[in-house]
Amino acid sequence: MADTKDMTAPASTGRAWENDAVLTVEHLTMRFGGLTAVNDLSFNVGRGDITALIGPNGAGKTTVFNCVTGFYKPTEGRITMRHGKVSNDFIERVTDTGERYRVEGNAGVYLLERMPDFTISDKAKVARTFQNIRLFAGMTVLENLLVAQHNRLMVASNFTFGGLLGLPGYRKARQASMEKAIYWMERVNLLDRADDPAGDLPYGAQRRLEIARSMCTDPHLLCLDEPAAGLNPRESAELNDLLQFIRREHGTSILLIEHDMGVVMEISDHVVVLDYGEKISDGDAEAVRNDPKVIAAYLGVDDEEEIEEILEEDAEIAKAHARGEEVSDDVVMPEKAKAKSKAKPKAKKAAPAKARSEPVPAAAGATPAPAMAGGLNAPRDGKGDNLTRIKGIGPINEKKLNAHGIFHFDQIAAWKAADVKQAEDYLAFDGRIKREEWVKQAKTLAKGGDTDFSKRVDKGAVPSSRSGKGKGGSK
Amino acid sequence: MSSNDTQPADVNHPEGAQIKREERLAAPNLPADDPANSYAAAIKDAAIAALLAGVLGFFFLAIRTDIAPGGLEVTTRWALWIISMIVVFGGRLAISLFFRGGKAKGAGNKVVSAVAVPGLGTWLGRILFAFAVILPFFFVYFFPGRDRQFIDLAILIMTYIMLGWGLNIVVGLAGLLDLGYVAFYAVGAYSFALLATHFDFIGFWIALPLAGILAAFWGMILGFPVLRLRGDYLAIVTLAFGEIIRVVLLNWYEFTGGPDGVSGIPKPTLFGLEFTRGEGGFADFFGLEYDSIQRFIFLYYIIFILAIATNLITMRLRKMPIGRAWEALREDEIACRSLGINTTNTKLTAFSTGAMFGGLAGSFFATRQGFISPESFTFLESAIILAIVVLGGLGSQIGVVIASIVMIGGIELLRNLDFLQAIFGSNFDPTQYRMLIFGLAMVLIMVWKPRGLISSRNPSAIYKEKKAIGADMVAQGEGH
Amino acid sequence: MEYLIQQLINGLTLGSIYGLIAIGYTMVYGIIGMINFAHGDVFMVGSFIALAVFLILTSIFGFAFLPLVLLIVLIVSMLFTSAWGWTVERLAYRPLRGSFRLAPLITAIGMSIVLQNFVQVTQGARVKPLPPQISGGITLMEGSTEAGTIAVQLSYMQMIIIGVTFLLMVGFSLLIAKTPLGRAQRSCEQDQKMAALLGVNVDRTISLTFVMGAALAAVAGMMFLLLYGVVDFYIGFLAGVKAFTAAVLGGIGSLPGAMLGGLLIGLIETLWSGYFTVEYKDVAAFSILAIVLIFMPSGLLGKPEVEKV
Repeated sequence: MADTKDMTAPASTGRAWENDAVLTVEHLTMRFGGLTAVNDLSFNVGRGDITALIGPNGAGKTTVFNCVTGFYKPTEGRITMRHGKVSNDFIERVTDTGERYRVEGNAGVYLLERMPDFTISDKAKVARTFQNIRLFAGMTVLENLLVAQHNRLMVASNFTFGGLLGLPGYRKARQASMEKAIYWMERVNLLDRADDPAGDLPYGAQRRLEIARSMCTDPHLLCLDEPAAGLNPRESAELNDLLQFIRREHGTSILLIEHDMGVVMEISDHVVVLDYGEKISDGDAEAVRNDPKVIAAYLGVDDEEEIEEILEEDAEIAKAHARGEEVSDDVVMPEKAKAKSKAKPKAKKAAPAKARSEPVPAAAGATPAPAMAGGLNAPRDGKGDNLTRIKGIGPINEKKLNAHGIFHFDQIAAWKAADVKQAEDYLAFDGRIKREEWVKQAKTLAKGGDTDFSKRVDKGAVPSSRSGKGKGGSK
Repeated sequence: MSSNDTQPADVNHPEGAQIKREERLAAPNLPADDPANSYAAAIKDAAIAALLAGVLGFFFLAIRTDIAPGGLEVTTRWALWIISMIVVFGGRLAISLFFRGGKAKGAGNKVVSAVAVPGLGTWLGRILFAFAVILPFFFVYFFPGRDRQFIDLAILIMTYIMLGWGLNIVVGLAGLLDLGYVAFYAVGAYSFALLATHFDFIGFWIALPLAGILAAFWGMILGFPVLRLRGDYLAIVTLAFGEIIRVVLLNWYEFTGGPDGVSGIPKPTLFGLEFTRGEGGFADFFGLEYDSIQRFIFLYYIIFILAIATNLITMRLRKMPIGRAWEALREDEIACRSLGINTTNTKLTAFSTGAMFGGLAGSFFATRQGFISPESFTFLESAIILAIVVLGGLGSQIGVVIASIVMIGGIELLRNLDFLQAIFGSNFDPTQYRMLIFGLAMVLIMVWKPRGLISSRNPSAIYKEKKAIGADMVAQGEGH
Repeated sequence: MEYLIQQLINGLTLGSIYGLIAIGYTMVYGIIGMINFAHGDVFMVGSFIALAVFLILTSIFGFAFLPLVLLIVLIVSMLFTSAWGWTVERLAYRPLRGSFRLAPLITAIGMSIVLQNFVQVTQGARVKPLPPQISGGITLMEGSTEAGTIAVQLSYMQMIIIGVTFLLMVGFSLLIAKTPLGRAQRSCEQDQKMAALLGVNVDRTISLTFVMGAALAAVAGMMFLLLYGVVDFYIGFLAGVKAFTAAVLGGIGSLPGAMLGGLLIGLIETLWSGYFTVEYKDVAAFSILAIVLIFMPSGLLGKPEVEKV
C-alpha cells in the first residue's frame, strides 16, 4: 500500500501527517448492506494541522466522520487516536491486547473503532460538529456550552450528590465552567446572545456556536462537517480566522469536510480527496488541486449528458479552479507516487483516470506545462479566438488550451491524431465530444463560418468566456 | 451497543427542534374562516355534525341492550337520541358563530402572558404555595362542616401533583415518554404495605425511604431494556411493563394477596405519636381535644412536604449537570453523544429519579388508604398522570399544579353537583359521567393548547438576564 | 398431539381477530407515525354495534335466516364503526396535525377514555352475553389418552372467522397495492408534504385510513362477539394492546406483517394458556411486545432503519 509506505517513511519532510499523526485511519471499510460507502481508506491527520477531507457528493466523507467519532462501527479497519508521542509499537501492543485504549504517562492510544461514541469525546478527546447543525435548540447559548462540559462537572459534583448538598468543589467547578463558556462566547461573538435560545440564532451564528460547543469539551481533534456550508463570504472568512485561532491558541488539530474550495485551499495544510469511498489523492493543497484525478473526480461526467448542463456546471466550478489553473504552469507535479498508486476509481471513472494518469509527462524539473504541437507563446494579435464557441470547450478548457499555447481555431483545426490524444490526456474531460469533432468545428470556425452551437454562444445562450465577442475574432 | 443497529426512528420526522420549527412554519395554515357567508355555512356545518351525531349515537343512545330474563332485550330511547342531535346542532352552531371570532384575540393574549410577564409563573407559584401552607386551617376555619372532605380532596390533588412532578422529570425534562409510570406508584405502595405488614418494627417513616429506593431500583430495571426505544414505541413498552406489574400483583396471590390486596397498613405517626383517641395519642400528648380531622391535617402536611421536596430537588437537579444533560437529551440525543454524555446512564437516572418520587407517593397512598389492591394501579392512572404533565405543559412545575387542580379537582366537583338531579330526574348520577367528562376535557384542552397550559421554558443558567424560551423552540424528546 | 392441534386451531382463530385489529394500527402508524390509542375502543364499539344490530334483526324484525342476518350485521357494523373511526380522526388527530407530537397521543388516550365511558354510560357497565349462534363443526381427528378421547374440532365459527379474515386480508392488500387510494396512502406514508404538493389530498387519505382501520376493527368486533359471546365496555383495551403487539411483531407499516403478527400472538396466547397458566397469558403477550421492540424493532417483515447522524 502506497499509504502505509508513506506512514513509515523516514521523516524527510516537515509534514506533520507523515511523522506526527494525531489520528491514523488504516484500511477503513464501511459497508451498509450491499453498499460499500468507504473502501479500504487510509490516511493520517497531522498534529496541529488543519486537514481537509474533500470529495464529490456521496464520496463517503461523512461516513468517515461517523466512523471516526463512533457513530458508525466500521466494517473493517483501525482508527487510532494518539495523545502525545506514541510509538507504533505501543499501538500494536494495545491492538493485540484487545483493549479499547491505554494511557501510559503522557502518551495515550485510543482505538476509536472499539470505543462507544460518547467515550470518544470523553476519553479520546475527539469532538465533532454536524452537517445539519445539531444544537440544543430549546436551550440557551450558555446552556449549550455548559452541557458540553458535562463530564467534568459530573465528576466535580460527585455525580450529583455533592452538588445537591452544595459542596465547595462543585461550586468552584461550576464557576470555572461558566468562565470557559463565557470565553468561548466571546471568541465566537455570541456573548450578547448568551441568554437566547440557540434555535433563535441566525444560521452562521449557529455554526459558530456548534464549534464553540465542541471546543468546550477540550478536544485534541476537532472534526467539522461542512462548517462553511450556508455561510456568506464574510462569515466564511470569520470561520477561517476562528479555525486558525483554535489551531494556534489551543493546539487543536482540525479535520474538516468542506465543499467550499476557497476555505479548503486557504487554510488546509493537508488535503485528502475521496471519490466513491476511496482515496484518490492525498497531499498538501497545491499538490491536490493539480492532481488530474481530483480534477476528473470533480468534473468527470458521462458521455450522453447534455452539453448545456455541463457548461453550467463548469461555470460554477470555474471560480474555484481558476485560482488553481493560474499557478499550475510552474508547479512541480510531486505526485509520482500517485501515478503508481493502486487507488482505482470505480468502473464508471476507470477509463478517463487511466487514460490520464500514465502520460502526465512526469513534469520533470521546473519546466512549464508542455506546449502542444504548434503552440504559440502568445495569441497572434494579442487576443485569441473565443474557443468556447466550439461545442465541448468550456471556459476551463479554454484556459487550459491557452496555457498550452492554443489560442486560435486554426490551431485546433490543424490537430493530428497525436495532438488530439495529447489534448485528451491533459484536458479535464474527454469523451463527451470527440476531439475530432472539435477539429471539424474549428475548421469551420477558422474559416469564419458558424456552427449551430457558436451561434448560440454569440447570442449569449450558453455561458462562455467572452460574451458575444469574437465572431471572426482572428483572421 | 453498536450504533448502526436499526432504530425505529421515524423518517418523516427530522430530528431536532430546529427542523421541527421550520416545518411548522412552512406548513400551510388552516384555511381562515370567512365571516361573510358564515351563517349558511355554519348552519350546514351544524346540520352535518348533528347528522353525524345521529349516526354515531344510533346504536348507543337510541338503542340499549339490557340483560333480561331469557337473553338480551332491546329497548329504545328515541327522545334521548333526538335531544342529543339537537344539542350537537346547537353546540356546533354556537361554536362556529361565536367561538371563531374570539380565537385570534385569544392567541394574542397568550403571547402577552407568556412573554411580557415572565414573572407571572413565579408569583402564581408563591401565592399557591402560601395558600397550600395554610390550606387545612383555611378549610377548618371557613368550611367547618365540610373541612374533612376538602382536606381529603387537597390530599388527593397534592398526591397527583407529586406524581406529576415525578413524571415530569422523565417526560418533561428527559423527554422519555413513559406510559407505565403507575408501576412505580404500585411498587412504592406495595413495598410499604408488605414491609409494614410483615415486619412490625417498620413504620411509615422507615418504609418510606425503602419504598423510594425500591421504586428507583425498579425504575432502573424497567428502564434498562427500553433505552434504545424511541417515541411511541417507548410509550407502548412502558405501558406493557406497567400492565405486567399489575397482572403479577393480581395473580401472585401468596405474596400480594392478589385481587384482595393488602389491608391493615399502619397509619403514619408523628415521632411515635399516633392519631388515635385516648392515652398516648397526638391529641392527648398536646392536651388537645381529639378530632379525626387532626389525622387528615397531618396526612396533608406529609404529602405537602413530600411534594415540595420533590419540587425543590427537581429544580435543583435542573441546574446541575445531570439535569442539564436530561434536557439536552430531550433536545438532541445524537449531539449529546457527540459531547461525551453517556446517554444510557443519563436516561437511567431520569427513569429512576422519576420512579423514586412515584414510589414515595405510592407509599403515602398506601398509608393514607390503609388498604391497597391492584385495582388502584390501572393504565388509567398512568394516563391521568401523563395527561396532567402534558396538559400542564411539559417541563413546567407550576403547570403540573394547575393541571392537577383543574383535572382532579374539577372532576371531584362533579360529585357535588346534586342540583343536576333536579333537572335530569332523581336517578341521575353525575358521578358516572366523571370519566367521560375527564376524557373530553383531555381532548379539548389538548386541541386548545397543544403545548399545555404553561408552555415556556426557563433556562437553567443565566449570564445576564432571564428570558423565557418559547415552546416552539423546545423539543419534545423521544416523542419525535 | 391432538391437544396441540386443537390449540393451534384456537390460536389461529384468535390470531385472526388480533390480525384484523392490528391492520388498523399498522395502517395508521404507517401513515401518521402514531399509535392510535383509541383503536382498541373502536373495536369495542364495533362489537357493541354488531350486538345491537343482531338483536334488532332477530328480536324485533324476527329474521331467522342466519347467514343473511350475519351479512347484514357485518355490513351495518362496518359502516357505523367507520363513522366512529372517522370521528376519532377528526376530533383527536386532525386539529393537531403538524403540532407537538405528544398532543395527539394525549387526545387519543382521551378519546379512548371517552369511548369507554360513553359506552359504559349509555349501555351499562355489565357484561352482555349472547348465546352461541353458530354451533357445530367438523371433527378433524380423534385420539385417545388415559383421560378419554380427545377430538380435534374445527367449528363452523372458526372456519368463518379464518375465512372472512383471509378474504379481507387479500382484498385490502389489493386495495393498497392496486388502487389510486392505496397509492395515495403509500405516498403519504413516505412524505406527506410532498404528496400534498403533488395533489394528493392528505387529509382525506388519512381519514380514509382511519375509516378502513375502523371497518376492519368492526369485523373483528363482530367475530369476537360471535366467538366469545360476551362483550363489555372494557374489552377494547386489552385487545388493542395485543393487536398493537401483533402489528409491532409483524413489522409496523406492513399489512402482511400485521396479519402474521396477529396469528403469532393468538398462537402464543392460546398455547401459553393451554400449557402454562391462563392468568399470565397477558404477561406473555406483553413480554413478547417488549422483547420484540427491544431486540427487533423493525419486526418480522418491517424494513430496518439506519440511524441518521
